[in-house]
Amino acid sequence: MSYQLTEEQEMLRQTVQRLAEEKVAPRAAEIDEKDEYPWDLKEMIAEQGLLGAGIPEGYGGTGAGLASVCLIVEEIAKVSASASLIVAAQELGMMPILLCGSEEQKQKYLPGIADGDKIAAFALTEPNAGSDAGSVKTRAVREGDKYLLSGQKCFITNGSIADVFTVFATTDPKSGLKGLSAFIVEKNYPGLSVGKREHKMGIRGSETTEIIFDNCPVPAENLVGEEGQGFKIAMMTLDCTRPVIGAQAVGIAQGALDYAINYAKQRVQFGKPIASFQGIQFMLADMATKVEAARQLVYKAAFLIENAQKNNVPAREVSRFSSMAKLFASDVAMQVTVDAVQVLGGYGYMKEYPLERMMRDAKITQIYEGTNQIQRVVIAKNLLD
Amino acid sequence: MKILVCLKQTFDTEAKIVLDENGKIERQGVSLIMNPYDEFAVEEALRLKENQGEGEVTVISVGGQQTQDALRQALAMGADKAVLVDPGDVELDEYSTATILAKVISGMEYDIILGGFRAIDDGSAQVAGRVAEILNIPVVNMITKLEVADGKAVATREIEGGSEVVEVPLPAVLTAQKGLNEPRYPSMKGIMKAKKKPMQKMTLADVGLEEGQIAPKVKAISFSLPEPRKAGKIIPGEPAEAARELARLLREEAKVV
Repeated sequence: MSYQLTEEQEMLRQTVQRLAEEKVAPRAAEIDEKDEYPWDLKEMIAEQGLLGAGIPEGYGGTGAGLASVCLIVEEIAKVSASASLIVAAQELGMMPILLCGSEEQKQKYLPGIADGDKIAAFALTEPNAGSDAGSVKTRAVREGDKYLLSGQKCFITNGSIADVFTVFATTDPKSGLKGLSAFIVEKNYPGLSVGKREHKMGIRGSETTEIIFDNCPVPAENLVGEEGQGFKIAMMTLDCTRPVIGAQAVGIAQGALDYAINYAKQRVQFGKPIASFQGIQFMLADMATKVEAARQLVYKAAFLIENAQKNNVPAREVSRFSSMAKLFASDVAMQVTVDAVQVLGGYGYMKEYPLERMMRDAKITQIYEGTNQIQRVVIAKNLLD
Repeated sequence: MKILVCLKQTFDTEAKIVLDENGKIERQGVSLIMNPYDEFAVEEALRLKENQGEGEVTVISVGGQQTQDALRQALAMGADKAVLVDPGDVELDEYSTATILAKVISGMEYDIILGGFRAIDDGSAQVAGRVAEILNIPVVNMITKLEVADGKAVATREIEGGSEVVEVPLPAVLTAQKGLNEPRYPSMKGIMKAKKKPMQKMTLADVGLEEGQIAPKVKAISFSLPEPRKAGKIIPGEPAEAARELARLLREEAKVV
């Protein structure tokens, strides 16, 4: 299958690139340093309509699609991974509703998320249930026309600022994965509280927190899909959002590469720019090759997933490409940012330069939305089944 | 209110300019943008329309098919329609471009015509003024503020050492200087809508002109690039001695003190 960006997507890329360079880049170091959520950038991104790219027009978005979301995230991530997470986390938070929500749920929640009035979050991970989603302990007990949720979620992006959470809880603890169910939880429901805010190595300035449920009543109509479909919903969601993390990784890597190239041309040692030395040239050549390969896999996956229904692509292919894109791009981001720091030598290690930040930011892309070990499990399973 | 904006597609401000083997400016592989001064004009047109609560913004350009990208950007920002005159593979100067623009505009309804005061590539700052001249309407150059009411435009323009406020009856041509506004970025919705907006493409014949009528009056004879910057000089030695040497060089070599 071949793919090509549309004219709109080319214009979108150019527009977001400019926006990122002019408005986001000057704030990037400060967001990292102060570890404060960039409300100004969230407002700007929302005003530009960039939070609704993945949401169809009928629900207040623009229906620009998954590849467009990837473009937006990639371009912002070139200058600030934290700022790009504003878009990526919104996409993750709304995806269960978009994919599996009822018409009423979509009408109620998606328009606010599309225009950025409402911030979304995805709450699956728990202290003892990360890769092993079957160990989720958060309980949902049906009581009349509502469910009572009790338990603790951790590492939730947007945890302290989200208006709408998709929460995964077990309605049948004996059944493991098959007992999981998904619920839409609003932040003002009683019994929901925000726990510890994490101090992170990278993507600083994003609000990563614990969420605690203490007999939190959730209307039964907020169940997404049916009881027991939670794991399936989570996996379908991640199939659609992992390419976005792949795009974030490509952006981080490209940003680091661009900086390293520019530096290598300026930096003089032994009387010549270091870019004239083959040792540096080969590093840059390998970095550029990896970044481009990662980009192609990410957009291939995005277009394949977006058109899966139309082209009758089997679900296992969707999962496989989604995982391969995230796995490869995030590993590339890690390798390339480490090498970019090396190209700058001692300066690369210093906070005055952006590369150590990019290297710290790259690391999370190998971990979140499924560790890269889990991605390999998914890929192998879909290859061999 | 009918607002027209003349815009030009230019080289990206960060483009590296090189000359080809014929000594002409190499266009291959150079990324192109909307002339930044014209972007101020588009923004001002959109604000005028928004403030008036009604109106129509039409963007017009003379150029090859690629110029559609710049027009499309204006449509994505919020302009209503675009007109592109593609004169084909002919040499143009400011006279040619202005003649074409004026001819197209004379067949349109307009209350106000905006444009950048100059393009960042050739920087000749002539086209808008020439268009006004041909249309026989007033022109105000380098405006940094604009108010329109009751068939008149009140504009603030830069003059040496200060600014001046002028009033002109409409229709008139006004050209944008930096500081007029901060252009918006096309929104996601704007980008999605841009393709559905009308883009009228015209040839010289469609406009009602023949090549002979737009033959350039000015011919570029040659182009040259600035001399590459020479490396700086480091003066070694003790501070007092080095300073003395620096002063000597500034006086005797650089002749600046």
